[in-house]
Amino acid sequence: MEKLLFKDIDEPGLNTIDVYRRRGGYERLRKALAMPREAVLNELLASGLRGRGGAGFAMGKKVSFLPKGAMDVYLCCNADESEPGTFKDREIMQKNPHLLIEGIIIAAYAAGANKAFIYIRGEYVLQADILDAAIAEAYAAGFLGENILGSDHSLSLVVHRGAGAYICGEETALLDSLEGKRGNPRLKPPFPANQGLYQGPTLINNVETLSTVPFIIEMGGEEYAKLGVENSTGTKLVSISGHVKRPGNYEIELGMRSRDIIYGLAGGPPDGRKVKLWFPGGSSSPVLTGSDEDLDLPYDFDTMAKAGTMLGSGAIIVVDDSTSVVEVAYKTAYFYRHESCGKCTPCREGTNWTLKMLDRIRKGEATPMDLDIIASVCENIMGHCLCVLGDAMAMPVSSMVKKFRAEFEEEIERRRQEADLASAMPEPELPLIQGAVA
Amino acid sequence: MSNEVRRFSHGSRVPGWDDAVDLTKEPASVPDPATTPVPDELRAEIEAAMAKYPDRRSAALPALAAAQRHHGWCSPEAIEQVACVMRLTPAYLTAVATFYDMFDTQPVGRHRVYVCTNISCSLRGADELCERIEQAAAGDPDISVRHFECLGACDIAPMASVDGVYVGPIELDEVDELIDDIRNGRPPLPRKQLRLRPTADSLPLDGKDNG
Ligand SMILES: Cc1cc2nc3c(=O)[nH]c(=O)nc-3n(C[C@H](O)[C@H](O)[C@H](O)COP(=O)(O)O)c2cc1C
Ligand code: SF4
Ligand code: FES
Repeated sequence: MEKLLFKDIDEPGLNTIDVYRRRGGYERLRKALAMPREAVLNELLASGLRGRGGAGFAMGKKVSFLPKGAMDVYLCCNADESEPGTFKDREIMQKNPHLLIEGIIIAAYAAGANKAFIYIRGEYVLQADILDAAIAEAYAAGFLGENILGSDHSLSLVVHRGAGAYICGEETALLDSLEGKRGNPRLKPPFPANQGLYQGPTLINNVETLSTVPFIIEMGGEEYAKLGVENSTGTKLVSISGHVKRPGNYEIELGMRSRDIIYGLAGGPPDGRKVKLWFPGGSSSPVLTGSDEDLDLPYDFDTMAKAGTMLGSGAIIVVDDSTSVVEVAYKTAYFYRHESCGKCTPCREGTNWTLKMLDRIRKGEATPMDLDIIASVCENIMGHCLCVLGDAMAMPVSSMVKKFRAEFEEEIERRRQEADLASAMPEPELPLIQGAVA
Repeated sequence: MSNEVRRFSHGSRVPGWDDAVDLTKEPASVPDPATTPVPDELRAEIEAAMAKYPDRRSAALPALAAAQRHHGWCSPEAIEQVACVMRLTPAYLTAVATFYDMFDTQPVGRHRVYVCTNISCSLRGADELCERIEQAAAGDPDISVRHFECLGACDIAPMASVDGVYVGPIELDEVDELIDDIRNGRPPLPRKQLRLRPTADSLPLDGKDNG
């Protein structure tokens, strides 16, 4: 397969404008600006490109929702990338920042946006510095600012650094954070397309989504739509991590068999180990198992949805049979409890209680009935929260309890016996020994 | 552990919530520039940040980050200074600062080490690594170690961010060297830094395992 996003990715100096332009950079911008806005939008619609940030919403459709008229329209690039297991946007921003910038300028043109921001997570210091430098180059070359390349399109672009909060990846929390507030999600509707940043219409897209736009202009939307499979067009970056031999970012054509990604590209689990479970789309996605049936699933949006999970951010986390599912569930719940913004009760309390119950299992204090309580707490979180962070914990945790119930029960019993044994042992008389040594 | 949410009386996250209110005290308002000295450099940085946005309040995060660089942490004094330049109340900025993990509202060491202990890293031994790093740095007031959620570098698990520089995969027997580098102001484990790593996709598939 021919690479798009990862073409020339390791070429030294690709992050500078000179090398990028030598590779055809900013030619797509020139082409787009010579087209009417509607024509650019039509290419986006024809491409079938679905959002790469998690929700998989059709990008062209989102652009078409923006109201027309003389007003400030904003574009926010979501570079918060905090979903556990996801590290693909990092690679683009660090190695090919101009691709993202070019995509932002074209998308802003289609959306009629005149002010753009990149909200990057604060931990990505190197990548933010690289973006700052690249944006300065783009301004100097006339690709940003007033009347870009002599057209009527003007755009300002600012890198906004976050400060460590997963929830700021949620689009409305991102907007609040960008407005200088605590990053609490907003009630929807109104959707950001109508009332977003500073109450103005706002287009929010992921780094990878926007970085794909130049290729759609170059190839034409219809041609791009030939890549991948129906309803999941194009190529996708997957971040593979956990128990695999070759963790990292790979560009695939959507619809590739999952086994070929996990084993073929990433080398599979260490020798002698078997895949126990895998998260197909970041830690928020319900887990799949190491069964042939699951491993043979084509990796695309609709197949994953049909299998009861989601493609999410395209982050595959592989867990082999050396690790207890209890620990994985605990780590998952720990993360969401820490990152819950606390605005709504089911999420704030539900994540906390789920974690406490999982900890009881680890400490050998649980009974199998606790599994039913976990399942019921998760059920009461799902669909009852202001944003989907609550669901993002409830879905994977309840999927683990459901699919690995036997292992959970075994672990409960084993750890309870261990704990009983430990408490039955006589207390070692430490003070006496220490006294004797002194 | 070190970055557990701090709890005060009755398990509250807020210190002194059950103390009687001092009704004679003036509420904290926007600090008076005449009585709030702000270092010139910090003022310039905050003002430059405010100029970037249609609404000056958007600069709260970059301004707090600048103040933290200046003062070492988001001390009451630092927040007072940001509030003075941005014309906001210190209470507002404190509320913002306490929301974000990277703002320290308690004093910390000069060097910040975030050790990722999220799923992918813990599958590769991050919990033990974090403990070892904590032990190796114990008692050094210059180094603050804390466990952190996924830092977006699971390909180099188990990993850590040392003053913003990503390093990994870190072996247990490299911990002493890492701490030594930090103590002596050297770049942390240069051969293990993320910036040098090629994209996995461009490596030959039959190549050596890179994990
Ligand atoms: C809790 C939560 C965290 C999210 N984190 C991210 C993120 O880190 N990066 C991202 O691009 N989208 C994230 N999203 C999805 C965004 O809300 C939004 O759907 C996305 O940025 C839209 O861009 P896209 O259509 O290009 O995917 C998150 C959503 C939720 C609910
Ligand atoms: S679901 Fe959780 S993160 Fe989302 S608004 Fe409610 S409390 Fe905040
Ligand atoms: S889990 Fe450690 S960087 Fe993602």
